Amino acid sequence: MEFITSALENQILLTVLNAALPLLFILPYALVTIYIEMKMAAHMQNRLAYMQTGYHGTLQPFADIVKLLQKEDIIPTAADKFLFILAPYLVFVGTYASFAVLPFSSAYAGSELDLGIFYLVAASSLVVVGILMAGWASNNKWSLFGALRSAAQIVSYEIPAALAILGVVMIAGTMNLQTLTSLQSGGIHEWIIFGGTLPLGHKLALIPFIVVLFVIYLISSMAEVNRTPFDIPEAESELVQGYNTEYSGMKFAIFYLAEYANLFLVSAVAVVLFFGGWASPFGELMSGPLWGTFWFVTKGMLFVCLNIWLRWTLPRMRVDQLMYVSWKVMTPFALLCVIVIGFILVL
Amino acid sequence: MIETPQKIIKTSTGRSLRTEEMVVNMGPQHPSTHGVLRLEVVLDGEIVVDVVPHMGYLHRCFEKHCEHMTNYQQVIPYVDRMDYTAAMTNELAFVVGVEKMLKIEVSERVHYIRIIMAELQRIASHLIAIGTFGIDMGAFTPFLYCFRDRERILDMFEATCGARLLYNYMWVGGLSHDLPPGFVETAKQFCVDFKKTLKDLNDLLNYNEIFIKRTANVGILPKDLAINYACSGPMLRGSGVDWDLRRDDPYTLYHKFNWEVVVGKGEVGTVGDVWNRHMVRQREMEQSVYIIEQALASLPDGDVSKTIPKRIRPTPGDNYTRIESPRGELGFYIIAEDSVTPYRIKARAPAFVNLSVINEISKGAMLADLVAIMGSIDIVLGEVDR
Repeated sequence: MEFITSALENQILLTVLNAALPLLFILPYALVTIYIEMKMAAHMQNRLAYMQTGYHGTLQPFADIVKLLQKEDIIPTAADKFLFILAPYLVFVGTYASFAVLPFSSAYAGSELDLGIFYLVAASSLVVVGILMAGWASNNKWSLFGALRSAAQIVSYEIPAALAILGVVMIAGTMNLQTLTSLQSGGIHEWIIFGGTLPLGHKLALIPFIVVLFVIYLISSMAEVNRTPFDIPEAESELVQGYNTEYSGMKFAIFYLAEYANLFLVSAVAVVLFFGGWASPFGELMSGPLWGTFWFVTKGMLFVCLNIWLRWTLPRMRVDQLMYVSWKVMTPFALLCVIVIGFILVL
Repeated sequence: MIETPQKIIKTSTGRSLRTEEMVVNMGPQHPSTHGVLRLEVVLDGEIVVDVVPHMGYLHRCFEKHCEHMTNYQQVIPYVDRMDYTAAMTNELAFVVGVEKMLKIEVSERVHYIRIIMAELQRIASHLIAIGTFGIDMGAFTPFLYCFRDRERILDMFEATCGARLLYNYMWVGGLSHDLPPGFVETAKQFCVDFKKTLKDLNDLLNYNEIFIKRTANVGILPKDLAINYACSGPMLRGSGVDWDLRRDDPYTLYHKFNWEVVVGKGEVGTVGDVWNRHMVRQREMEQSVYIIEQALASLPDGDVSKTIPKRIRPTPGDNYTRIESPRGELGFYIIAEDSVTPYRIKARAPAFVNLSVINEISKGAMLADLVAIMGSIDIVLGEVDR
């Protein structure tokens, strides 16, 4: 941070740069992830995916973007124009705002907010509003269905996710994501999934509950990004394309971008909360601001790949089963784990 | 148009709210209607209150066209286009019917090749059914596994008769071509490899926990209802009725082979639910492989086109012949008068009959279940509308 400050004395420029840095990450990340997803899916399915544009189709994501840019931007006549145009940007803003508190390395986090994780949960809820807007403004019954399902799904999965986060916050004793990561920087054994920096006895007692919390967080995060097996809001075979049925061209691309950004966001949060964020697994070895970014992105991408793998393997759940899992299975388990972790910490 | 009644509900604060059921059109362009079918669905939230299928978007006057051909042989390409995922069995049904009217006895080799082709076609058709059903459930990967193996069947068909979808292969009195060299070896190898795919499908899709949750106890079609609606094929057997025309009203030489009629047992869920219908298809493919293996092992020699008549002019009269197509009882009712063209042809299309039950079994289900039920009926709109 000092380095950037000394290089740019101008405060406004600094703020702009600070705010734009995650965007510089998201755009190339989305292109790479689209490519990875298509290739992973293809190789799971006995096919090759893109092979024509560039070496092994590496330029295909760019071609996709150019195609979307050229497409006619259709706004249905009966749509609520203002909300229709606003919705995709609101979805993206909700996701992007959450990137502000992500610690990309020990030297950079958009904002080292003390209420970091709290802010993140709140800001990412904004996505629901955007999706509801999109569904309502499209004036399409399928879109409305998708939007309502999405709202119900995200709202109910935020509760187990928040409880899982609460457990981690109790162990670490901080909500600041940068501090949370620094606590785990002593090596792989100090990651919160292995009990953090607590004494060994506490650690051994905590690990089973933290693992359960991690699984709960992982499942809820998959539900929050609306991907299979939880892609109910855009269930293609039921709702055509859900809330973004009526969108085309660049607005559709923004939805797409927001989805991929959100995918990284939830993966990154899992990494920060449970797997040491930018901390190197070898303690002092291979650590430092640049290595930090490397570890952070690598770990995040591993979770993104896990998501992709599950997406192309599992069928979709039904909307009532989804609610059942959230309210009757995950929420009580998360609550139980939080209580037990509280007891262990006090003892 | 369906009337949607309004309901007034009282909230806890005493205000009255008006709720209304919603009518949505599922189709004619919708990913899970498998073609151009329109379902008029009345929904109360996510619950299906009523379903009315509207069909006819793909009506091509098949039956009327048949009356204006110059001869019976020309009907066969039209028959192909009814159920375009199972053209071989359509041809078989028509050809067997006309042969019965002409009292032609074809050679044993023709019978064997017809059985091999019909069973390969059954596998290909069921692979589409299972694969697209997987897509309906949100599982995309099994679909491509299915299509990989279907591709091999189509390659075999292509080698045999030059066409991949609409074959015009079975002719009245024989076949258009004999088997090409190397066909028997290719088919045998396919049978060996395909058993592995069957296992893969079981692991990846059929016994997946989420898949079972989505399909078991959904869209239950009881035995009596299935019989009352004249359902046939996997629909009927999924409901636990032991009825297969290959065994119960034999045609060609099916009685020569050892195989079992697959019936839904309800090992998961209830007999007659979506999962059991789906599994009947899965297990039928296995039985088809056995039939093909036996037929290939004992394929007799002979001429496949010796008995093809130059001129088809049946004695006036009528005839109804039915066979077991992948979708159920496919029958052709042919009325012949003293002419080279049929006076009237009526096709009994199994997909059309099976579809009629949708309203009964999907009331009270959820919207996502309706998709599952549609997928498990396995309709082909080319056959429904003809």
